[in-house]
Amino acid sequence: MNYISNVLFGVLLIIGIGFFVNNIQKLFRNIKLGKSINRNDNKLQRFKNMAMIALGQSKMVKRPFSGFLHIIVYIGFVIINIEVLEIVVDGLLGTHRVFQPYLGDAFYGFLIGVFEVLAALVFIAVVLFWLRRNVANIKRFLSKEMTGWPKRDGNLILYFEMVLMSLFIIMNATDTAFQEAGVGNIVSQFVAPFFEGYAPETIHTIERAAWWIHIIGILVFLNYLFYSKHLHILLAFPNTYFGNLKPKGQFPNSEAVSKEVQLVMDPSADPYAIPDESAEEEVSEKFGASDVADLSWVQLLNAYTCTECGRCTSACPASLTGKELSPRSIMMKTRDRLEEVGRNIDQNKGTFKDDGKQLLNDYISPEELWACTSCNACVEECPVSIDPLSIIMDMRKYLVMEQSAAPQELNMMMTNIENNGAPWQYNQQDRLNWAKEA
Amino acid sequence: MNVPTMADMMAQGKQPEVLFWVGAAGSYDDRAKKISRAFVKILHAANVDFAVLGTEESSSGDAAKRAGNEFLFQMQAFMNIEVLNGYQIKKIVTCDPHSFNTLKNEYPSLGGKYEVFHHTQFIQNLISEGRLEIDNTSLKGKRVTFHDPCYLGRANEVYESPRDLIRRLGVNLTEMKRHKGTALCCGAGGAQMFKDAERGNKEINILRTEDALETKPQIIATGCPYCNTMMTDGIKFKEKESEVVVKDIAELISEANGL
Repeated sequence: MNYISNVLFGVLLIIGIGFFVNNIQKLFRNIKLGKSINRNDNKLQRFKNMAMIALGQSKMVKRPFSGFLHIIVYIGFVIINIEVLEIVVDGLLGTHRVFQPYLGDAFYGFLIGVFEVLAALVFIAVVLFWLRRNVANIKRFLSKEMTGWPKRDGNLILYFEMVLMSLFIIMNATDTAFQEAGVGNIVSQFVAPFFEGYAPETIHTIERAAWWIHIIGILVFLNYLFYSKHLHILLAFPNTYFGNLKPKGQFPNSEAVSKEVQLVMDPSADPYAIPDESAEEEVSEKFGASDVADLSWVQLLNAYTCTECGRCTSACPASLTGKELSPRSIMMKTRDRLEEVGRNIDQNKGTFKDDGKQLLNDYISPEELWACTSCNACVEECPVSIDPLSIIMDMRKYLVMEQSAAPQELNMMMTNIENNGAPWQYNQQDRLNWAKEA
Repeated sequence: MNVPTMADMMAQGKQPEVLFWVGAAGSYDDRAKKISRAFVKILHAANVDFAVLGTEESSSGDAAKRAGNEFLFQMQAFMNIEVLNGYQIKKIVTCDPHSFNTLKNEYPSLGGKYEVFHHTQFIQNLISEGRLEIDNTSLKGKRVTFHDPCYLGRANEVYESPRDLIRRLGVNLTEMKRHKGTALCCGAGGAQMFKDAERGNKEINILRTEDALETKPQIIATGCPYCNTMMTDGIKFKEKESEVVVKDIAELISEANGL
């Protein structure tokens, strides 16, 4: 017997999966560059969120049309991948439709029938998605951050899916024995007539070619994920699990600041005391974030999870009124910078070499940060629990606490709070005058 | 208007059932002061034993925190907590969703643990306890739309309390296309109230006012002094002052009940 194709298949599989695992390890390393944050509390609620939001797509359907199409593609993707299991076994063992005898013709036919219907539905949904992106004038796909690679990336994913679904149907349509049996060829029976004129050998060759291109395509797509916004199909799960469980209005209180404030407010504190070693380290802690390593690992995971759908930006009051800020762009820039830092580490044998750049200014401008109203619309909208607002706030903190670089009017507001306990210049002694003015 | 302070209460050896946290806007802003007074009228009508901090109240620090000044926020928080804990405050009500949010969510880990209510929640409780009734005749049939404050709505998921009160007024509540979770910000949050907007093609409060005007309202109801300012400015910009008024829910109740 000839084992060449089995061996070739095995090698392809090892390369494809090996490359993927290698990239995923890099992804983990990059995410771990972030600061620690405890998101291991309340595991039950976290599992519930993951089940509802990622698995159950509960937030996707808030926009019914795209939500519905997405569910088709999502279910199609998950279920059709069961067929990939058979393809892998067939490829390794040199068998053909190895599960058929075990499952029985009727049940196997039923399964393949379901796959075919789903493949056709996915194809239609993906075409509609393409039209939404490229023909329908949908504002969130036309923003300035959606030009160049992000636009191409979005379309490439759709082409990939169209091709993979077509190959799956063609593969079945040209499987003469499968067509003759006539069980489960619900969709492919309508494609089969196109090949009727060809010689049986030619049809067989087409079937083999479709089979090989299909599985190779899947391996390529698997590895494409790492370079694409499409990574969300994997990261949506951990991202929804590790999402924020507190009320959206509750911003974290910095413990380092608490220590300093308590020191300032403690009347018995000795301002000339020699700080001990450990205290010195805490004092030197940087406030806020100016680069990706100042963010938490959850914020970095957020950045990799973002699939650039733009629902956040389409709900953001600043974006809607033509400001520079776009929450989606905040996530994309954070990811792009993180990727740059990751490549830097790769090139410098595992350590980051200062490149004179940072997330602030080189990627995200103060103008964007100051346009935010902290309204949480972006957080509410995100179908996979990403929190762009937390990044904006951490970067504001850096601007104000490390650089004193707030807009002048805000500096005045803060001076007023310091001097008279109100954001305006009123005397604190007049604070109860409203009661007398009736 | 009788507005007792905690200092008065303490001098008389009394502890009120609730502290009314007025907030900077409610204390100093001419428009927002009316909201404070309307709410006090409701408290009196329901015989609520309340007090304010008066001159001992200071900025909650919310605006400082959203502006990125965590240090100033915590200074304010620690100072306020010292005062509040000194008076052994357990229960706080406020008409300002920003104070509501920061007192309720951000003060506890700094040592300030209180039961905090937005005034719409508090009034709702007064009704369910039978201490207050809302007159549903005087505003009957008026077209009202409600603008969700971000720090009450999305931030704390309080959507029903204000709506429940509005319905009790016997008015015709019409929702804007963006409401509850999808409500558009008025443009004041995140310390924007205190600065000019970044360059763009529109002011946020104008966009939100347009949302509201689509419902052809006679009254735009709010539950936040800052939203009130933004929407009032929006109505002026659209030259609709003669047709549409912007009112806090406390003002609507106080007027409906003839307080």
